Amino acid sequence: MTETPIVEAATATDRTPVLECRNLCVSYFTRAGEAPAVVDFNLKLMPGEAHGIVGESGCGKSTVALAIMNYMGRNGAIVGGEILFQGRDMRTMTQEELRRIRGSKIAMVYQEPMASLNPSMRIAEQLAEVPLYHEGVSQREALARAESMLEQVRLPDPKRIMNSYPHQISGGQQQRVVIAMALLSNPSLLLLDEPTTALDVTVEAGIVELIKEVAAKFGTSLIYISHNLGLILETCSRLTVMYSGEAVETGAIHDVFDNMRHPYTRGLFGSIPVPGANKNARPLAAIRGQLPLPYARPKGCFFGPRCDYFVEGRCDQPPLMMHEVAPGSSHATRCVRFAEIDWSAAKASVAERQPVQRGQVVLRVEDLSKHYIIESGAAALIGARRTVKANEKISFRAHEAETVAIVGESGCGKSTFAKVLMGLEPASAGKVQLGEIELANLPVQRRDKHTISRLQMVFQNPFDTLNPSHTIGGQIGRVIRKFGVESDPKKVQDRVDQLLDIVKLPRDFAKRLPRQLSGGQKQRVGIARAFAGNPDMVIADEPVSALDVSVQAAVTGLLMDIQREHRTTLLFISHDLSVVRYLADRIIVMYLGQIMERGTTEEIFSPPYHPYTEALLSAVPIADASVRKRKIVVAGEIPSPTKPPPGCPFQTRCHYMIKGVCDVTPPPLREFGADHVIACHLEKDALEKMEPVITAGTAA
Amino acid sequence: MLKLIGSRLLQMLLIMGVISFILFAIFDSDKFKKQIAVNELGGFAVSALSEQDYQAWLEKKGLNVPFYQRYLNWVAGVAQGDFGKSFEKNEPVADLLATRLVHTGLLALWVFALMIPLSLLFGVVAGMKEGSPQDRLTSFISVLTTSLPEIATAIILTVIFALGLRWLPPNAAMVNGWDWRALVLPVLTLVLYDFGYVARMTRASMAEVMNSQYIRTAILKGLPYRRVILRHALRNALIAPFTIIVLQMNWLLSGVVVVEVFFQYAGFGKLLLDAALFGDIYVIQAATLVAVFVAVASQIISDVGYTFLNPRIRFA
Ligand code: SF4
Ligand code: SF4
Repeated sequence: MTETPIVEAATATDRTPVLECRNLCVSYFTRAGEAPAVVDFNLKLMPGEAHGIVGESGCGKSTVALAIMNYMGRNGAIVGGEILFQGRDMRTMTQEELRRIRGSKIAMVYQEPMASLNPSMRIAEQLAEVPLYHEGVSQREALARAESMLEQVRLPDPKRIMNSYPHQISGGQQQRVVIAMALLSNPSLLLLDEPTTALDVTVEAGIVELIKEVAAKFGTSLIYISHNLGLILETCSRLTVMYSGEAVETGAIHDVFDNMRHPYTRGLFGSIPVPGANKNARPLAAIRGQLPLPYARPKGCFFGPRCDYFVEGRCDQPPLMMHEVAPGSSHATRCVRFAEIDWSAAKASVAERQPVQRGQVVLRVEDLSKHYIIESGAAALIGARRTVKANEKISFRAHEAETVAIVGESGCGKSTFAKVLMGLEPASAGKVQLGEIELANLPVQRRDKHTISRLQMVFQNPFDTLNPSHTIGGQIGRVIRKFGVESDPKKVQDRVDQLLDIVKLPRDFAKRLPRQLSGGQKQRVGIARAFAGNPDMVIADEPVSALDVSVQAAVTGLLMDIQREHRTTLLFISHDLSVVRYLADRIIVMYLGQIMERGTTEEIFSPPYHPYTEALLSAVPIADASVRKRKIVVAGEIPSPTKPPPGCPFQTRCHYMIKGVCDVTPPPLREFGADHVIACHLEKDALEKMEPVITAGTAA
Repeated sequence: MLKLIGSRLLQMLLIMGVISFILFAIFDSDKFKKQIAVNELGGFAVSALSEQDYQAWLEKKGLNVPFYQRYLNWVAGVAQGDFGKSFEKNEPVADLLATRLVHTGLLALWVFALMIPLSLLFGVVAGMKEGSPQDRLTSFISVLTTSLPEIATAIILTVIFALGLRWLPPNAAMVNGWDWRALVLPVLTLVLYDFGYVARMTRASMAEVMNSQYIRTAILKGLPYRRVILRHALRNALIAPFTIIVLQMNWLLSGVVVVEVFFQYAGFGKLLLDAALFGDIYVIQAATLVAVFVAVASQIISDVGYTFLNPRIRFA
């Protein structure tokens, strides 16, 4: 990461900024009154510059984008400040003037590509509209431009895409179409609102690459909104960190990343699993407390109640202004005490923890396969059936007190595997042994209480699994009674309290209803419920991916603590390699239903790699400016699991692909070390010769 | 698609068979037959009917053959377009049904011709801007008109326009030949009732579309508002109302009994009611077949139309 900021040169001063927000305030008006969503927001964007806005959900970052577009729905309004686009105040523009700017000078790319495209119009028409209505070109010309733009965003077979409806192409392709649509009239400003959040990481890497490339080619200025600091680092030269509707810190990327001057920014960085973090030696530190609600913000510094440096009489005295970190510098912070805080001191860090020794084998999975048979449409008529191999010959072991992670992108079969383990789906072949019990074909209805209580699950969405009309205490108590841990009401109550203590929730939460809890708190309840029956093993299916990073750190920390205490085996299913690297002891990498590589965390993250692992590692954005990554191109998209390619499942995207071998025969297993296996046709020495993908270098 | 239509039609034949068989069986009981005989012979009560007269009546009507045989005969007849003869009116059922269907068809046509544009227009305009004055107005009118039962609307309209203002005839019996003016009140009653329902559905569907992300995309692409509404919103917003409107055909066929009876309009619904009261088995049978046919046909139209309007299903 040695890229220097693109602009900031002397010439910048005599140019007008593309966009300038001055003291922008946006509020939503609800029945409860005015809820300020963005307060006193300032931003200056020079031509060709890329500016990132980061923050957790509810910080107002998307509102900023919509305010720039002057589109805030029925109950939102700009209540103060100015937005100058190329020197003109957008608030004084008429509807017609706004319309001319939208889509031609300022274009936007959205989080959900599928929902952002009209489902009943062909791509061609949706694209051609832009030049048709902004430049009044002929229909033919518009279509021709649309097609050439599809080529420029590197979509294969633009003709076919032009004639398709949005649902007929993949998510990554849809996002490329949306980007093409945004670029069609060569805008001066492109707003990207979490453009890759809905996509798989290898697809994300391609889209990010594309955005950077087109921005450079067309000289477009970017505002890149994301919750992911790593992505901002890869794409932007400047950034603004937002918290609870306010910009708390802003500056050039390297100033903020390496010399942060706001306690919230620091807290945010402290809770991201970067390569140096380690669950034992350098555990992540969550930010305590919760984001205040928009109408219940504290006086003075909004971060006050969660800040370790809070002092009465100063931090709670509004208004808090942005302070330049050094006179004349563009690095500014909204912390009144920034000059006094000793930023070099090691963060009030979380105590180091002892590594846990793993015990006996708890789970044994041998050649497990799960196939679905689908009969659809015309195929059913002629009796043809298709088999979806959701899991193919999965084998591994998990020990007591060990964390085994299964990683992979969508369609890799990791969730199906969890379902088979839980007995929600029967296995098609193979064995799954939990201790002495064979689970492969034991549906959950036929499992006895004891077996069920030994194997529990924590779900991705705590919201869906809690009964909205029962109290938290009631729901945990029910599980305790069901598994026969306790039956006496008094003892059940004690156990509920004890579990709430374990997951670090106040005991009086037992009387609350799920809707009174935040996302992170609900996930804690989910964990308490899973641990109610003293399980030997807990399957956690993406338990933190719906949560904000600062909350993620708390929840992963909690899982680790409970595991340490109870020597539980944790099967951690995730798409997020950073989290997995942080907390897993061993990792299983899956792709299209098959295990590509299996080994300890150390072995997975260093060579020899499976080509897919290598690509995956290269694709993950890392929020650390000192880390260097080797770029690996992965072509195309993940094939549909209903039509897996023959031979090696990764062959359609692998740049080592050996014609006539990889696309014909399934790859052999190459064994390194004790339990490090790679399924690939490449010879052992070729695999061993690979260079490391991620290197922790010195600060740039 | 063809397969779907095929299976629907097959389903229809099956339903027709089962229903007609059950109806036949019910009406074949002695009790019913005697009642009909009494009705027809003009006697006073079932008890006063002599066994001899009854047998003679059965003989005359061809009802003395065993049940299954009669059913098979009937089915064979239907297959050749012969629906039997009405007991009450002593006319071939087919002719009777045809005129009545034409009448009801005319009624339905007018109702549709007025109701569809009105409710779509109001629904779309209301849904374009949720919470706006036009939205509130539409909601108010549609709740008001649907919450009034048809009979109440009919009475109110009659009192005002026929008895009070004397602009229109109070009933639609049309004893002196066809009279378009007589049709106004029944049509109005039905339109008022149905309008609210369809308008509310349209409004809900339009409002949902207007809140969708692809409409936001269309607006932020800088398209003129008209283009956003007409090209991007309308088509998606009309998918749901379309199916509902087609299913109204069903309701208009049998749900109009109240209105037809109230206004003395000689339509299908009134025929059905008369036949049921009299026990006019062949008429009931034929009317049931028509009702089933219309129900299935409207279902097929709505399915086909739905897939046509919605590419996500068409190419799935
Ligand atoms: S102003 Fe005070 S409370 Fe706010 S971040 Fe700075 S030190 Fe913490
Ligand atoms: S088997 Fe071939 S296609 Fe598959 S990962 Fe190895 S080199 Fe690539």
